[in-house]
Amino acid sequence: MLCDICNKAEATVHLTEIVNGKVVEMHICESCAQEKAAQMQVPMGFQVFLGGIAPEKKTVDKEDPAVCPSCGLSYRDFRKIGRLGCSQCYTAFKDALASLLRNIHGSNEHLGKQPRKMPRSIERQMRLLELKKALHRAIEEEAFEEAARIRDEIRALESESAQ
Amino acid sequence: MNTQSSLPAKEIIANLLSSRSRWLEPIYGSDIVISSRIRLARNLANYPFPHRADEATLNKVREEIYSALSGIETFKDRWFINMEDINELDRQFLVERHLISYEHTVEGPGKAIALTPDEGVSMMINEEDHMRMQVVVGGFDLDRAWAEMNELDDRLSQVLEFAFSPDLGFLTSCPTNTGTAMRGSLMMHLPALVITKQINRVLQTISQLNFTARGLYGEGTQAMGNIFQISNQACLGYSETELIENIKRIAGQIIDQETHAREKIMRTSRVMLEDRVWRAYGLLRNARIMNSAEALEYLSMLRLGSSLGMIKGLELKLINDLFIIIQPAHLQKISGRKLSTRQRDVKRANILRNRLNRQGHSPDLDREERGNV
Repeated sequence: MLCDICNKAEATVHLTEIVNGKVVEMHICESCAQEKAAQMQVPMGFQVFLGGIAPEKKTVDKEDPAVCPSCGLSYRDFRKIGRLGCSQCYTAFKDALASLLRNIHGSNEHLGKQPRKMPRSIERQMRLLELKKALHRAIEEEAFEEAARIRDEIRALESESAQ
Repeated sequence: MNTQSSLPAKEIIANLLSSRSRWLEPIYGSDIVISSRIRLARNLANYPFPHRADEATLNKVREEIYSALSGIETFKDRWFINMEDINELDRQFLVERHLISYEHTVEGPGKAIALTPDEGVSMMINEEDHMRMQVVVGGFDLDRAWAEMNELDDRLSQVLEFAFSPDLGFLTSCPTNTGTAMRGSLMMHLPALVITKQINRVLQTISQLNFTARGLYGEGTQAMGNIFQISNQACLGYSETELIENIKRIAGQIIDQETHAREKIMRTSRVMLEDRVWRAYGLLRNARIMNSAEALEYLSMLRLGSSLGMIKGLELKLINDLFIIIQPAHLQKISGRKLSTRQRDVKRANILRNRLNRQGHSPDLDREERGNV
């Protein structure tokens, strides 16, 4: 199905708008959806709309849980209200959120500050993230000895966090 | 130290009523950028976000935050208000001072505000996120606001465990805030861009660049008194300082355009502008009934006239104050009773007359004579 607005790109966003009491169905592409989001100014409307531009569950990995195991919020409800229920929702709906966050911010990689105090598990995750970047660089630079050393460190950390 | 006693809510509100927020003090350059604000959203790691949490959890979150704040120098005065302890009018009063959002006035368990007596630093507890903290300073100075905010956030993050993910940053209830969870915003007075009808073009450009322009009271509100709030929209994929640099760059351009528009009006239609300014002044000093929209429009003209040196001896500080105290809840707090719309319009006109006539200024006679065409 092609986008109702630009008629060019594939429609991936499906939303229902109520205009003057009439229900209007729209099928639009991601970039038109972003433009449309920018036009909307009413806060509640924006919240609901935001849920609307989140990808539908079927486009996401089947194994992804449709309900957050920690707070019980379903992905369907998130799409309705545009708000997540708890920090675990970010893990539960990881893939779907990755593309939503890219749509909103143009990126899904945090480059800002970090809290001073973090639980050991998060510190480990941060170290892993750093190591994976370093591994990538080492491979690109063909520094294979270095790469092997980093790989071992990653394995050690991963087995530690699996315990 | 008595850790439990916070000043009673009634006394805090009374103190606020008789003082001026620190960001209303004019400083160099604040004729266009009235104030600079940094806001951070934070959630505690081990509790659901407020809209998914039950009453007991929300109260627990509030207690945990209060106890963390009590150990921090910034909040040594312990100005904490539980929202259930104040009535509708007092909540509206806090909205008018830009201390809480409209959403925060809606009845709900565990809601609170913590603030400093100069209103420079404040925090909404259990609004959309567990913590929404803001630092506001006068004039165009996001760096100073950020320095203060950053330090407070660092201190709090040593005692509270925040919801954070290494790759996504600070986790918030709404994904529009995920990442730095930071919004920097500037309250700008842009009357010349409105008069010369350039404002829509400017606002369009801003939104294309992923910034938001909103009205006086934040999201979803109308621009009144030619005052606009410009803020960043994206907050993931950039560091806090990068975001701040971007806002500063955009704001710098808006300031240039407003300045040019002011100069152009002064060159081409000076008498027209002077007429509008002095008419506004006349109405503000003489009218007996005045609604809010009208008052804001005239105050905006007065503010412009004062910045351009048309009215001598009229302090920007006084005009800034008037923008705040002519609002409905302020008028009722000053009167000490509930007022109908009509009673408010009368009270508003009354206060404007009093304050502006008390101001010892002398009209610029020289200019009036020279301009005698």
